[in-house]
Amino acid sequence: MEHLELFLKSIFIDNMVFATFLGMCSYLAVSKKVNTAVGLGAAVIFVLAITVPLNWLLDQYLLQPGALAWLGAEYADYDLSFLSFIMFIATIATMVQLVEIVVEKFSPSLYNSLGIFLPLIAVNCAILGGSLFMQSREIPSLGLATTYGVGSGIGWFLAILAIAAIREKIRYSNVPPALRGLGITFIITGLMAIGFMSFGGMLTGGDEEAPQEEKAVKVDSKDEKEVLANNIKVNE
Amino acid sequence: MGLLSKKDTKLITDPLADNNPITIQVLGICSALAITAQLKASIVMAVSVMAVLGIGNVVISLMRNIIPSKIRIIVQLVVVAALVIIVDQVLKAYSYELSKTLSVFVGLIITNCIIMGRFEAFALANGPWRSFLDGIGNAAGYGLILIIVGFFRELLGSGTLLGFKVLGDPIEKTGLYAIGYENNGFMLLSPMALIVVGIIIWVQRSRNSALIED
Repeated sequence: MEHLELFLKSIFIDNMVFATFLGMCSYLAVSKKVNTAVGLGAAVIFVLAITVPLNWLLDQYLLQPGALAWLGAEYADYDLSFLSFIMFIATIATMVQLVEIVVEKFSPSLYNSLGIFLPLIAVNCAILGGSLFMQSREIPSLGLATTYGVGSGIGWFLAILAIAAIREKIRYSNVPPALRGLGITFIITGLMAIGFMSFGGMLTGGDEEAPQEEKAVKVDSKDEKEVLANNIKVNE
Repeated sequence: MGLLSKKDTKLITDPLADNNPITIQVLGICSALAITAQLKASIVMAVSVMAVLGIGNVVISLMRNIIPSKIRIIVQLVVVAALVIIVDQVLKAYSYELSKTLSVFVGLIITNCIIMGRFEAFALANGPWRSFLDGIGNAAGYGLILIIVGFFRELLGSGTLLGFKVLGDPIEKTGLYAIGYENNGFMLLSPMALIVVGIIIWVQRSRNSALIED
């Protein structure tokens, strides 16, 4: 149940593209044709499904404050979390290189159609973002981390598939010249994001994973609550 | 001619308008949109990217002859990651609240396409001084869009700029609020960032028809 909830949440509510704007560069650049979009989307799912659990292990046993305790008591005080960016990106770059080699070997046609974009998966914000969100949301177990990786990948896949389909059709529409191409794609993505916001109420009890902007508001209301609580104490 | 030759000045001014990294080159959109609900966060993000891109371009440019081209992406990632760690630690030390607001998006500067894009397209082929100017220019063009989007989203969404209540107080009904103005909370939500950037692109391309796609 836990897995299903996280899975659905990472696909629809916290959709990489529509809720957190991750992987926008390749999302915009590769979405002109459905075929290439599907290829890149599949590659993203695959890489996310591998790197998120790997980085979870790294985070758990190397980077977190006190994570080195398994080496012995004298290492328990170390906090290497400032190294997480460089560790995560190194894992990701290595994995992407590996995927590139495998794809080149087994599916040259896919390799050709992805062209320059396969190495760019390494610098796709969605991949690093997946690992960083996994860290900041403190996902508790390896299994859940895998679910989160796969779910986010599928969410990204859905988004790029949808926009590619729309862009193939929009060629026949009479868009104002200045909006053609990039401009209209931005606006359509915005409208799709509004659509995806309607999934927000799908699962209840997910308050702590609300979008960025709402967090800021919440901090304020927390402060207000504290003020209220203090007032009550004073009154008592 | 002083410090900057005509060609060098062009390196800085071009990305501000006709070769803007966000609206024309389509780079660096990922982190640009998510943090623009407040003007302050946009400015900090712009400055961080400028520091990373300026210094990173110089470092890569200095190493351009010794990096084997097969592993250049990994070398570039390590350089950026090291610089971003410094930025992140500085932010955490001097402005902890803000670094919480930016959360993972500071880390995502690493994968900001604008940085890798400029490394690949410019720093690997040019000297350090020109690369530095190119980095500063592109980061400025990026920052400009961020600040425009941040300005409108904060002004229309919360009626403040950098936290100052420029439109009056919504609770005590002063200023504009006295005549029935309401904040448009929708501007704070993520979809509006995309639509605001879309409108900026629209305006820019209407003014300069050479930029229109097919």
